[in-house]
Amino acid sequence: MSNILIKNGRVIDPSQGMDRVSNVLIEDGRISAYDVKVEEKPINGSMRLIDATGKIVAPGLIDMHVHLREPGREEDETIRSGTAAALAGGFTSIVCTPNTNPPMDSQGTVQFVQRQAAEADNCNVYPMACISKNRAGEELAEMGTLVEAGAVAFSDESSPVANSELMRRALEYLLMFDKPVLNHPQVAELTADGVMHEGLVSMVLALPGIPAEAEDVMTGRDISLAESTGGKIHMMHLSTAGSIDMIRRAKTRGVRVTAEVCPHHFSLTDETLRSFDSNFKMNPPLRDSEHLDACIAGLTDGTIDVIASDHAPHAVEKKMQELDQAPFGAISLETSLALVITNLIQPGHLDWMTALEKMTINPAQILGIAKGTLQIGSDADVTIIDPEDTWTVDPEKFYSKSRNSPFVGKSLTGRAETVIVAGRVKFERGS
Amino acid sequence: MDKLVAAEAWTRADLLGLEHLSAEEITLILDTAEQLKTMTGGCAGKLDLLRGATIANLFFENSTRTRTSFSLAARRLGADTIDFSSSGSSLSKGETFIDTAKNIEAMNVDAIVVRHRTPGTPHLLAQNVECCVVNAGDGAHEHPTQGLLDIMTIREQRGQIEGLTVALVGDIAHSRTARSNIWGLQKLGAHVIVCGPSTLVSRHWEKLGVEVAYSLDAILPRCDVLNLLRIQFERQLMRPFPSVREYALLYAMNGERMTRAKKNILIMAPGPINRGAEITPEVADGPHSVILHQVTNGLAIRMAVLWLTYCAANTGAPS
Repeated sequence: MSNILIKNGRVIDPSQGMDRVSNVLIEDGRISAYDVKVEEKPINGSMRLIDATGKIVAPGLIDMHVHLREPGREEDETIRSGTAAALAGGFTSIVCTPNTNPPMDSQGTVQFVQRQAAEADNCNVYPMACISKNRAGEELAEMGTLVEAGAVAFSDESSPVANSELMRRALEYLLMFDKPVLNHPQVAELTADGVMHEGLVSMVLALPGIPAEAEDVMTGRDISLAESTGGKIHMMHLSTAGSIDMIRRAKTRGVRVTAEVCPHHFSLTDETLRSFDSNFKMNPPLRDSEHLDACIAGLTDGTIDVIASDHAPHAVEKKMQELDQAPFGAISLETSLALVITNLIQPGHLDWMTALEKMTINPAQILGIAKGTLQIGSDADVTIIDPEDTWTVDPEKFYSKSRNSPFVGKSLTGRAETVIVAGRVKFERGS
Repeated sequence: MDKLVAAEAWTRADLLGLEHLSAEEITLILDTAEQLKTMTGGCAGKLDLLRGATIANLFFENSTRTRTSFSLAARRLGADTIDFSSSGSSLSKGETFIDTAKNIEAMNVDAIVVRHRTPGTPHLLAQNVECCVVNAGDGAHEHPTQGLLDIMTIREQRGQIEGLTVALVGDIAHSRTARSNIWGLQKLGAHVIVCGPSTLVSRHWEKLGVEVAYSLDAILPRCDVLNLLRIQFERQLMRPFPSVREYALLYAMNGERMTRAKKNILIMAPGPINRGAEITPEVADGPHSVILHQVTNGLAIRMAVLWLTYCAANTGAPS
């Protein structure tokens, strides 16, 4: 393994509160020193120099909400293609969701995913396992053995846990293992045939609505259950002013609750559905500008801990259907970072330190993984970001197998230029 | 045919809805429809304006009167028609609706008249085929020719739309007729009221300049026109009112309510009507009812739309 010296970059590491220009030395797959003088390190076959002048050197980004689709829906994405997309997006570690077929409710499936990820040898992949057997929402999956196999979190993902007793038991049981429950808060009976956010636009378009209260009601329940059990709950892809406000208040009471939002929820509104383009159909739905502003406010004041992509690939023919038939979701691994820069950092909603915190150390701490830091001795997972690079979204150029991006043709600023995983350069733009 | 030169002012090869049409465009369709109605002797005779053209009816949702009306309108103008019906999802045959439409277009059709249970499907279709696309109803979103024929009927009876108070009564939430009427009537200067159970009438309409009312009795004395919409039981997941009996007590237009209405009120219904629920037979068949005029005007409107879109797509009549 060759060693790497990253020269003259602006190192921003929220885990250490570090923001300064420095030279970073990587040796034997680990961060070994800062402020190394270039002339003291011979650049030769065993030492590579990367000039990061004008670039941002960040801990490898973490995306804790990615649908890799394998096993079961390899027409949408594979572990190989999805992890390649992750690298291109600047992510060195991702958490993959358990709504596969078969679902990740047994050691066997978890191990299969780990083996495929190891063979792909792109980024680190951490499995999220099911809360309930077969994601049926009836009885607990064997969480202890799943933790042993490497599951870092538990969720029934696109099937929100409707049974409050099951949720309570999951939170209690996982106290033994100190693992978080991740829930997609949404009450099924309030969303029935819903296609988009319920509001003025859904009324005009006559598309069945998914009301904000469907999210709010279950968020309230989950906070209550986390509070009473002392369990760790993480709310996935929040999209409403009501749910974010509940999280804000719960945190002041010391409830162990964390939350994420997705880039599309701070970038787009339900107005986009006037095009009837199914690439704007997601769940939770794109909401109105009031909710979008609440997402940004939650990010700014720290209520929202994590930015996660909810990368949800769907093959072209599936999205080509009528809007009510087309599946929910959008690919986002390869646009997530640029949307954070373009829509949060550039307008001044977040500074670099806070934005990167939500994509590095915060998810690492929620998941209990030793990632998201550039402290000396830690794994050399590093993302070098060009903050000025302005580019146009063209899914044909994406590494993902799918093309369902709601940002086609949009001009965005900033993206990962070089991505290093455990001391090895795994991605270089343009090479 | 020099009487129809107004067609040159029309530039759209598709008619997808009334929301995005201008008042001038709507008036142009109405004027053309009136001319065609006259030229065909009240929509009874035949012209050869579209001789050589082929119109495909692509109906993914059940329909009798709209499909028949479009077919007849096309034939009144001398066009050939083909019918393609599929009540189920196109996916049940393993084909997307766009594939289905492209297959039909490949038979050299000049226009596709499409009905589909899903809002926006005609819009997606229009992006994917070269021929004209006419929306014959997309879910509860729009039904532009229904809106136009309703407006034509009002204009025919009253001479103008501006200044009239028109109430759409009933299941607004699930009515494409309501939406097309709202857009068209507003553009031509009418005051539009949506009236029905609060579970079926969104407050958001107020933000778009539409008056929202829950009591028919309260608005009745002010109305020049009542358009009584059908309760769309098939689109409702959970019945949004306790019973048809209670609905009829609150909203059915009956003889007693007629005594409290304006003397020259127009009673309309897009059909099919649930007699007894939205309208009692004495009103449906009474002197104020223009329900059957609506049907005849439907032919005129559809002739006008097929003609105008064809001309826009082909810069002129078939050679």
